[in-house]
Amino acid sequence: MTIPPGAADPAPALELRDIRKSFGSVVALRSGTIEVDAGSIHALVGENGAGKSTLVKIVAGLYRRDAGVFRLEGAEVDFTSTADSKAAGIAVIYQEPTLFPDLSVTENVFMGRQPVGRFGRIDRKAMRAEVDGLFQRLGVRIDPDRPADGLSIADQQVIEIAKAISLDAKVLIMDEPTAALSGVEVDRLFQIARSLRDEGRAIVFISHRFDEVFDLCDTVTVMRDGAYISTSRIADTNVDEIVRQMVGRDVTELFPKQETTIGDPLLEVEGLTSAGIFHDITLTVRSGEIVGLAGLVGAGRSEVARAIFGVDHYQSGTVRLNGKPVPAKSPTAAMRLGLALVPEDRRKQGLVLDSSVSRNTTLAIREQLAKFGIITSGFENRAARVWASRLEVKTNALSTVAGTLSGGNQQKVVLGKWLATEPTVLIIDEPTRGIDVGTKAEVHRLLSELAGQGMGILMISSELPEVLGMADRVLVMREGRITAEIDRADATSENVMFAATHAEEQHS
Amino acid sequence: MSSITQTTPAPASVRQYRDYDQPLWKRLLLTREMAIIALLIVVVIIASMTIRGFGQPITLTYLILDVTPILLIALPMTLIMITGEIDLSVASVVGLSSVVTGVLTHGGMPFEIAALIALLVGGIGGAINGFLVTVVGLPSLAVTIGTLALFRGLAVGLLGTTAVTDFPEFWTDLAKAKLGTTGVPLVIIPFLVLLVIFAVLLHFTPFGRGIYAIGLSKETAAFSGVDVGRTKFILFVLAGLVSALAGIYYTLRFGSARGDNATGMELQVIAAVVLGGVSVFGGRGALHGVIAGVLLIGVLASALRLANVTSDVINIITGVLLVISVVSSSFLAWLRTRRRAPGGKPRVEVSTAG
Repeated sequence: MTIPPGAADPAPALELRDIRKSFGSVVALRSGTIEVDAGSIHALVGENGAGKSTLVKIVAGLYRRDAGVFRLEGAEVDFTSTADSKAAGIAVIYQEPTLFPDLSVTENVFMGRQPVGRFGRIDRKAMRAEVDGLFQRLGVRIDPDRPADGLSIADQQVIEIAKAISLDAKVLIMDEPTAALSGVEVDRLFQIARSLRDEGRAIVFISHRFDEVFDLCDTVTVMRDGAYISTSRIADTNVDEIVRQMVGRDVTELFPKQETTIGDPLLEVEGLTSAGIFHDITLTVRSGEIVGLAGLVGAGRSEVARAIFGVDHYQSGTVRLNGKPVPAKSPTAAMRLGLALVPEDRRKQGLVLDSSVSRNTTLAIREQLAKFGIITSGFENRAARVWASRLEVKTNALSTVAGTLSGGNQQKVVLGKWLATEPTVLIIDEPTRGIDVGTKAEVHRLLSELAGQGMGILMISSELPEVLGMADRVLVMREGRITAEIDRADATSENVMFAATHAEEQHS
Repeated sequence: MSSITQTTPAPASVRQYRDYDQPLWKRLLLTREMAIIALLIVVVIIASMTIRGFGQPITLTYLILDVTPILLIALPMTLIMITGEIDLSVASVVGLSSVVTGVLTHGGMPFEIAALIALLVGGIGGAINGFLVTVVGLPSLAVTIGTLALFRGLAVGLLGTTAVTDFPEFWTDLAKAKLGTTGVPLVIIPFLVLLVIFAVLLHFTPFGRGIYAIGLSKETAAFSGVDVGRTKFILFVLAGLVSALAGIYYTLRFGSARGDNATGMELQVIAAVVLGGVSVFGGRGALHGVIAGVLLIGVLASALRLANVTSDVINIITGVLLVISVVSSSFLAWLRTRRRAPGGKPRVEVSTAG
């Protein structure tokens, strides 16, 4: 399967061989190897913590390697800063670009290297002309004069790409660019990526979504535990094989859905409305049921979840749990009644990143843990240990700062924190966003099992296979309204996507 | 959820979780709080060996009498600053409570009742701060700069430039009384009681856990059922109450209620709290460090005064100490990020063009 080192090929655009990097006693990268040819799209896959990000950061000049060979077009290089890396023709496009929100699109493209006209004035005309040319080449329509603030993540990435092209970057690295994009936006990004490949640039594409890898890429390199595992031509391999190489074992079932008996309604939401955000949301989650809430990013799904849980306010409508009304605007009251919300953004909303695993796991149950109003680290560690072992959080000590864990392990801590509250209904927003295949399967198995024990689960997900694989019933939201309710048996990617993107006949 | 034990897939390696990744002595000794305590001890030893008169009991007596108001106010200030807020109006509340006590006593009211009303006024002052910060949603820095001027203005307006000095001797004596023959002032007892209450509140209650969570991530705290507004409101009220108490003590200690009592003390309190290891960004700090911080500044001032150093030089020294302490914590944090892997996504350079 592995491609033998090219016989008489020209030197690859980017070549890393046996790269080692450790931080103190922690080895992040044991032998990072990747060889990317010009004019090809090369996928880099691996579980979280496999060392992909470390490798990318070495290429980007953020870290320096401890050992190993790093060549660009055959020439040995050694970057000590991101400026070195940029000057050498490397561009990295991150999952969430950071533009200057108050500056215009054009100004963002030329940040720090504005063309200068006579008397040292910034030549705005030249800037505009070049941006127009770039956008035309990329086939995108973004107003170059509008401020970057309020642009979708997809458009922000396009601006980063435009920047990279205007710098004539030879190597583009895209670190999970599609994680926050909708279907249409992914298509546009892929078109751009293909045209860049055809111009002879080398592209490294990092993604957890295999359909995208197989759709877009020419070659794939798998990493595991900080080490290189294999490189194969996409045409010569398949998903099962790659997954096996990534996790080092067979992942038999990605969606281990258990058959459950669906019981009485637990969560009943009626006519929930928040002006301009969502309208007339009515839904029911029954005991033992997983209800999938599908839709495009920005359809208002997370906002509904936040309103039900009481983080956000709403104008009208009612929420009842086990028949009891859940008061608005009080997460504490919602928790007491047995509601839990695993939020969308685990770094900002799910975890206190600078706090320990132990403190994080017990934050939501701190009142229950206290005896006579007193809580100690001992109580917290005892409770946290239970959940860390049940969910197999990968860390040695409960005092480990949560922010240093990998994405999958952070998600486990958030899950543990909410399961510790013993909820009757769990709302989970993007349960597996940005986490690796192995952990994904664990999360899915867990959700399935919880439903089997009678918990009601409302699962918001932007990944269709996840929705179709896990949900007993699929609700689809579009522009703040529920546009379809489809049973597990009838749900297909086509009808869910249709409801998520097309206006339905209004029957009123 | 009593039986999620079968959750884990087949290769269930039995992982052992230690409570801490560092041994006990490291966790206890290698902290910022311990560094301040060690510095305090060093300063005390050097001062008692080199400065004549520093080792005498009378020094200790005056030191404690002097720093007690700062120690008191530092307690609620620590909690407020850990949530990421600040209260600049505390010294003005000291002045206002002093004046309220004085005016009412002078008008014929029993001192005890007057003091209770002063406490109430302090609580209301704190509630005003809390209301503006949590309900109206204004930044505490701006709100308390405003109330700093407002409360001080009220205090001076109520009493003008005169002073009330006719307080019951029983109380003024009590404020300066010593424990037996030890030279330790009696006021140490109410302070220690409050210290225990605040230490338990911050370090051993669910409320305290909420305070740290708010300081580190307000949003996560809110998602986890911590009532951010209520917590901050309570803390501002506590700051008002304790500042009023400090005001009553201040009045009795000097036997004088004046509108300009304790002017500028808020900066001494905040300096000591920051020196004691509380992060100005919130989320970090502990009370033992803060107490050491207050005492360190107090001991330095008292030792230098005994050595006939002028007060402006004392100010320069405490200022330099404060700057060094703030810089050193940032410097140490920077060193750590240089050596260790930054968790998560890089934040240094995310754009592709330079």
